[in-house]
Amino acid sequence: MSCFLTNSSVGKKLVMSISGCFLVLFILFHMSMNLTVLFSREAYNLICEFLGANWYALAGTAVLAFGVAVHFIYAFILTINNYRARGKQRYAVTVQEKGVSWASKNMLVLGIIVVLGLGIHLIHFWSKMQLVEVMHSQFALGIDANGAEFTVHPANGALLMAYTFSKWYNVVIYLVWFAALWFHLTHGVWSMFQSAGFANDTWYPRLKCLANIVATLIFLGFAVVAVVCFLKSGDYIAEMVNWTPGL
Amino acid sequence: MNFTLKIWRQRDAKSQGAFETYKVTDISADTSFLEMMDILNNNLIHEGKEPVAFDHDCREGICGMCSMHINGHAHGPSQAVTTCQMYMRKFKDGSTITIEPWRSAAFPVIRDLVVDRGAYDKILQAGGFISVRTNSVPDGNAIPIPKKDADESMDAAACVGCGACAATCKNGSAMLFVAARVSSLAKLPQGRVEGARRAKAMVAKMDELGFGNCTNTGACQAQCPKSISIAHIARLNREFLAAKLQD
Repeated sequence: MSCFLTNSSVGKKLVMSISGCFLVLFILFHMSMNLTVLFSREAYNLICEFLGANWYALAGTAVLAFGVAVHFIYAFILTINNYRARGKQRYAVTVQEKGVSWASKNMLVLGIIVVLGLGIHLIHFWSKMQLVEVMHSQFALGIDANGAEFTVHPANGALLMAYTFSKWYNVVIYLVWFAALWFHLTHGVWSMFQSAGFANDTWYPRLKCLANIVATLIFLGFAVVAVVCFLKSGDYIAEMVNWTPGL
Repeated sequence: MNFTLKIWRQRDAKSQGAFETYKVTDISADTSFLEMMDILNNNLIHEGKEPVAFDHDCREGICGMCSMHINGHAHGPSQAVTTCQMYMRKFKDGSTITIEPWRSAAFPVIRDLVVDRGAYDKILQAGGFISVRTNSVPDGNAIPIPKKDADESMDAAACVGCGACAATCKNGSAMLFVAARVSSLAKLPQGRVEGARRAKAMVAKMDELGFGNCTNTGACQAQCPKSISIAHIARLNREFLAAKLQD
């Protein structure tokens, strides 16, 4: 049973579908978690403490990393395969077919932008939070707005967020990242139903509408946090700089 | 009407091909595209030149033999018709028309605009049939079939196996063709019996012959001369995955 997931085209697409679905669900959770920071920085840090270096958070991170790796590796395997199938000689004249979205033809490029953004994101946050705890180090070093060094508790996510988004170029990088994710999801979300066989002519408009709603919700949910943190970075940093863990 | 034609010329499968430019003049607007090609070839023969090789047979849109990629469209810019059913009035007088053979690794060029579509026959031989007695004629209405199922089956059976789907797909995927065959039989009680074996055998053969993986762009249905819906691809995915999970 395991072989059709690795050696058949339809099976490989099912793996893309399931791993993609898992990642969408995670992103929705992450977005909901982030929104907390708009209402209470303390509450957000409480979640950060809960999701520290505990066994369940580490297991969750491992599963998540596995999901990203599977989705990424399969994408490359499928793309290389597709490139070969297309043949060496390409058409001299091509057109954009009616009803074919730009995103659907550029999923790999969009995916690569998403992964690059993920790398930056992990450096900005994960390496200063969960990784620090795993390394049994209490504090990570940060640089404040005046260029002076200061220490950040690994669970002080709100401060890290305010600090990261106090820089306008980070906000721009993250917005580009979210936009690439939006495009990726407008095709990916309905496509995962199609690949798993749960689609028909009646449901295409509904599934595509759902994909647009999910993609837009995720974009707005993440973007609003980045923008608000940028606008209120001074207040948030002042509020959280002396925060101590409660748990 | 007058046209400049940029046509792909290639001596055989091993030769390097190139575009050559020809002029055709005084073409009636009601000339079909293939008749225009006949006029060109007539002129070429009179000039002592080699005529352009292209596939054609019934010239009424049911045999699936014509296969040209015209101005970036499989079967030309007309919607839902084969090349033979397209008329020169569809083109602007004095325009340049670029004509290429199908481009797909699984469809090697034999000569000029003729490609080897034997790969589709091999997929059909793998399972695109039903095993029945062939002596006496069965009663037409011996097995009642719901209208909806019969309609869906007929919509899929409209596929003429021309190869436009794989030729259009950026991944060189034959999924729409395979899906149409699997779907047309799966919706009827006579074909249902061998449904699982058929889906597995045809997908396996499709993969083996070097066709790419479907990424749900929908370009195939946009260019299909018979407007076959990608809903049949969803059904193929269902049929295949259900069959594999029962193994």
